[in-house]
Amino acid sequence: MQKVFGYPRSLTPKRTHYCPGCTHGIIHRLIAEAIDDLGIQEQTVGIAPVGCAVLAYEYFDVDFQEAAHGRAPAVATGIKRVHPEAIVFSYQGDGDLASIGTAEIIHAAARGENITVIFINNTVYGMTGGQMAPTTLPGQKTTTSPYGRDITKVGYPIRVCEMLATLDGPAYIERVSVHDPKHIIKAGRAIRKAFEMQIAGKGFSLVEVLSTCPTNWGLTPVKALERLKEEMIPYYPLGVFRSTEEVAKE
Amino acid sequence: MERVMMKGNEALAEGAIRAGCRFFFGYPITPQNEIPEYMARRMPEVNGVFIQAESEVSAINMVYGAGGAGGRALTSSSSPGISLKQEGISYLAGAQVPCVIVNVARGGPGLGGLTPSQSDYFQATKGGGHGDYHLIVYAPGTGQEMVDLIGLAFDKAEEYRNPVMILTDAIMGQMMEPVILPPIREVTTEKPWATTGKKGRAKPNLINSLGIIGEDLARINIELQEKYRKIETNEIRYEADGTGDADLIVVAYGTTSRVARSAINMLRAEGKKVGLLRPITLWPFPKQILADLAAQGKRFLVVEMSVGQLVEDVILAVNDRAKVDFFGKLNGTVPTVREVYNTINALLQKGGA
Ligand SMILES: Cc1ncc(C[n+]2csc(CCOP(=O)(O)OP(=O)(O)O)c2C)c(N)n1
Ligand code: SF4
Ligand SMILES: [Mg+2]
Repeated sequence: MQKVFGYPRSLTPKRTHYCPGCTHGIIHRLIAEAIDDLGIQEQTVGIAPVGCAVLAYEYFDVDFQEAAHGRAPAVATGIKRVHPEAIVFSYQGDGDLASIGTAEIIHAAARGENITVIFINNTVYGMTGGQMAPTTLPGQKTTTSPYGRDITKVGYPIRVCEMLATLDGPAYIERVSVHDPKHIIKAGRAIRKAFEMQIAGKGFSLVEVLSTCPTNWGLTPVKALERLKEEMIPYYPLGVFRSTEEVAKE
Repeated sequence: MERVMMKGNEALAEGAIRAGCRFFFGYPITPQNEIPEYMARRMPEVNGVFIQAESEVSAINMVYGAGGAGGRALTSSSSPGISLKQEGISYLAGAQVPCVIVNVARGGPGLGGLTPSQSDYFQATKGGGHGDYHLIVYAPGTGQEMVDLIGLAFDKAEEYRNPVMILTDAIMGQMMEPVILPPIREVTTEKPWATTGKKGRAKPNLINSLGIIGEDLARINIELQEKYRKIETNEIRYEADGTGDADLIVVAYGTTSRVARSAINMLRAEGKKVGLLRPITLWPFPKQILADLAAQGKRFLVVEMSVGQLVEDVILAVNDRAKVDFFGKLNGTVPTVREVYNTINALLQKGGA
């Protein structure tokens, strides 16, 4: 009998530390499935961020480097230049990538660095207890925007995909969501495509995944998925923002 | 072996290439620009990688990635840029990633000036970034040592899995001297810990300084301290010139050791008993030789281009067994041979310990 569903080889059997209902875990699985499908486990090197996914290296059965806050694209650059044949990906939150690490992500993208970035946008700093992130929505309450994000005082959220898509360097940029099975399947395809771009040597690829943080949003897992769909997607529209060519059509 | 005239900065760069360094990440800042410019030209000739990073912060993190992946990686900068690299240096030390960092120091604090300086001594030898860690720090005294010590730096970085710093200054970097270049070396170091992709290994490799689970952090620090004790036992280097019969010993490194040597030679020609103790490793510091010389009744004069940093290590090493005088220059000025000569003479005339 043919096996159609199983535990990804590229994930370790460890239990994650993520909160119940947090979608970080789903995204880990999608990455591992893509690595398995493409047969690249033995040549993949991941870079863990500073954020809730700081222990990502415990969960992926591939080589890893743990980077300083926001510096993962620079670390990825160093690894990729030493091992051009390796498949190098960073996994970064929105505080990590869109705040402290803006210089690193913009310049890695501008160089067309042949790496893959998985960008987790949950509109808060999850790990440090739910402070305002550069992606926090207008009016959203966080521990450092207790009256709601006031755009007249702290400005507007950053749309990373749209911003990076203005550069000539990136080969592939897509925003996806994981709020229901249909979108999870689409997100998996986007992640796989981003890796395919790297394997084909096309250059920089980034997939932004809209993700939940039920703990710091103060919502149940189900309500958090609803908020993602109803409040985040209107501000962060899903879709492909840049693709230099179609690869490996299914 | 070839003998060529080279600026100190270029000697460092070519010395790194000859030692098998193939990955350079930097950012422009005077007075070290000759290094990235040389590497931009030279790396493609040896199938190496040169990247002008978007900042010193990124450059040091590229070094972290490249060194962790097993490459011989180098970055260079000058004082303000080295300050920016400190976060990355702390991570490199914590994750035990071998690499070499060059500081062609200039005067500070702040934006400071372009004049040579030794006021980054504390930063280089006492940590600089956060946490209990040490770099191995070499201070070249000649163009030839620029070549030799950067080669040694890569070997020691890999032997101990520790970042190594070359601390030099604007004068040493800009001065031209004849140097003998060794042939290009093939590097064969085994790095079973490097992130290459698992390639059939049973367990993935991890480059990491996080110690949040259980006793991890204590274990990491015990391991680091054991390594530092081993480095202190095995890696101290210094030059002792005429210290045997000297009454007064000048302690100086890099540029000021050259100024001091000229003054000492003049005084010795006059029959005065003066010697030079030149630390080549600033960390580990040559404590024992200083303690031994102090026990023999010598007195010391420390000459620095700072208001007094190296002098603190000398005082600690001597530990009240001898008198330690200090001649320092504020950032923005360089000590002259005459000044050092006069200072030594005055001390000798005052006599006593
Ligand atoms: C230099 C530095 N500054 C601040 C921190 C504290 N810190 C840890 S995680 C984090 C925010 C992470 O938020 P995000 O990137 O959005 O990831 P999430 O936890 O939401 O997945 C911060 C500020 C740090 N570790 N290092
Ligand atoms: S704090 Fe938020 S992002 Fe972090 S694990 Fe919990 S739910 Fe997920
Ligand atoms: Mg976040």
